Amino acid sequence: MTERRGWTHLLFVLPFLAVYLWLLVYPLLTGVSLSLHRANLFGGATFIGLENYTRLFRDATFRQALGNTVLFVALCVPVLVTVALALALALNRAGRFAAALRSIVFASSVLSVTVMTIVWRQVLTVDGGLLSHVAQGVGARPLAFLSDPHLVLPSLVLITVWWSLGLPMILFLSALQQIPRSVYEAAALDRATPWSVFRHVTLPALTPALLLVIAYECALQFQLFGQPQLLTQGGPNGASRPMVLYIYETGFNHWDVGYAAAASQILFALILVVALVPQLARRLWGRA
Amino acid sequence: MSAVAIAPINTRGRQTWAWLRLAFCASMLAFVLLPLLWAVYLSFRPNVELMRHAPLKLTGPYTLDNYIELFRNATLFRWFFNSMVVSGASVAGVLVLSSLAGFAFGRLQFPGRNWLYALVLMGLAIPDQSVILTRHQIFSDLHWHNSYLALILPGLSAPLGVFLMTEAFRALPKSLEDAARLDGASTFSTFWHILLPQTVPALASLAIYTFLLSWNDYWWPLISATRPAMFTLTEGMAAAQSNYIEVTGMGVLTAQAVVAGLPVLIIYILFQKHIVGAVTGMVKL
Repeated sequence: MTERRGWTHLLFVLPFLAVYLWLLVYPLLTGVSLSLHRANLFGGATFIGLENYTRLFRDATFRQALGNTVLFVALCVPVLVTVALALALALNRAGRFAAALRSIVFASSVLSVTVMTIVWRQVLTVDGGLLSHVAQGVGARPLAFLSDPHLVLPSLVLITVWWSLGLPMILFLSALQQIPRSVYEAAALDRATPWSVFRHVTLPALTPALLLVIAYECALQFQLFGQPQLLTQGGPNGASRPMVLYIYETGFNHWDVGYAAAASQILFALILVVALVPQLARRLWGRA
Repeated sequence: MSAVAIAPINTRGRQTWAWLRLAFCASMLAFVLLPLLWAVYLSFRPNVELMRHAPLKLTGPYTLDNYIELFRNATLFRWFFNSMVVSGASVAGVLVLSSLAGFAFGRLQFPGRNWLYALVLMGLAIPDQSVILTRHQIFSDLHWHNSYLALILPGLSAPLGVFLMTEAFRALPKSLEDAARLDGASTFSTFWHILLPQTVPALASLAIYTFLLSWNDYWWPLISATRPAMFTLTEGMAAAQSNYIEVTGMGVLTAQAVVAGLPVLIIYILFQKHIVGAVTGMVKL
């Protein structure tokens, strides 16, 4: 213990810290500064204060993208959390069938977004898609899932739920497995109904995992990008353009990087807020 | 456990629950599997049949043409090779940086340790999209785009690995390094010979997790690698689906998806436990 407070120990963290500061912290800070400038991808920047931000809120395309993103998260996260929770409750048992189903559900989340959209394109497309075949089979009119402005966001929710079920399910399962068996045995002796067991034993034990999953999924789904970029290019008429796609188009197709940086700061702020709200809820509930 | 969980009031209620559960599980199984099976089915169908939207038939005709056509295409191998290089180097880099930093944060004293660790944990909240524009500029200024280095480096700045390894090193018993100190071992040799071998399960989880993350990354390669020769497989699959109608056809496209999806599915099947370990490790946060 001669070097208890040794500066040499810093050498162990230095390699990571160097990359971390260079490629994560520094771009984050310069991103804030960039958002206060009028700048293009080829250099040349003029300081314009908050003008990019005021321009964003007058920009109908941005407002639509913001609305699409919020709507997508509001639809996707509740469905995802409910289905994943139901799956975890149904599959929290020994046996080969449950184990196989757990593995199969998680398998879809190891596929990349580009493979996943190829698969789903063939399911959703009007021309010869799986659902079109089914519709024709029962004599119904095939639906244009990806080109109908009212169906396109729900369709993206559907495929995102398919793609993301694995993680919340696993997290719920690991929380369920920490509930001691004896609690359920005591409840059984008291002749508690299944609902009251769920309400008073299972749900309270799941609350921390539930809040974590909601915060994590909100943060993740706010970053929706690949699914609409690959399947719809944000169409029809911007009905499926999320904020990240807007940032991508503004920054890398129109080279208006200062403006795009302002949009990405707004998205970052939104993500921080949704990630913090469940933490606050946990504090408040913890006190109650 | 669950047999107790659905504590029966009466047998009929219990049976209803069992049927509901079964119906739910069966429909989820169909929901997860049918799209995948459909893609596999299309990949074995002749393109002519797909072009004229022939009615759904399970009896065939089937063909291997789509796969043969695919393997004639040299760029696909190039993308596969690029993905292997990028993912392999990312795994190696993350393991080295995270285990060094995790050892120091978890086992050593040094000035500013807690402050620095807090700074690193804050990074977990920074989404990639909010640094992408300025990160792109860093690599533009260096003229590093369209290189392996540009594809690999940003992945090494993610703090999750440091967090997981710090937790793993902290969990080891104190007695391990005391014995090494008595033998006069240096700090590095204590790390390398005594402590690091004890963290192999955590290293394995981190390796698999990093591999999948890097292999599946779409956002950064899309922006950094603009020359088709530098595409990763994931990015190449995007290019493939934007021009499939004119160039390849649905059958070849789905065959590509099958070929691109298989490596990750095989890795998932082989290392399932480690993936679940990495995922549940994040919950401790």
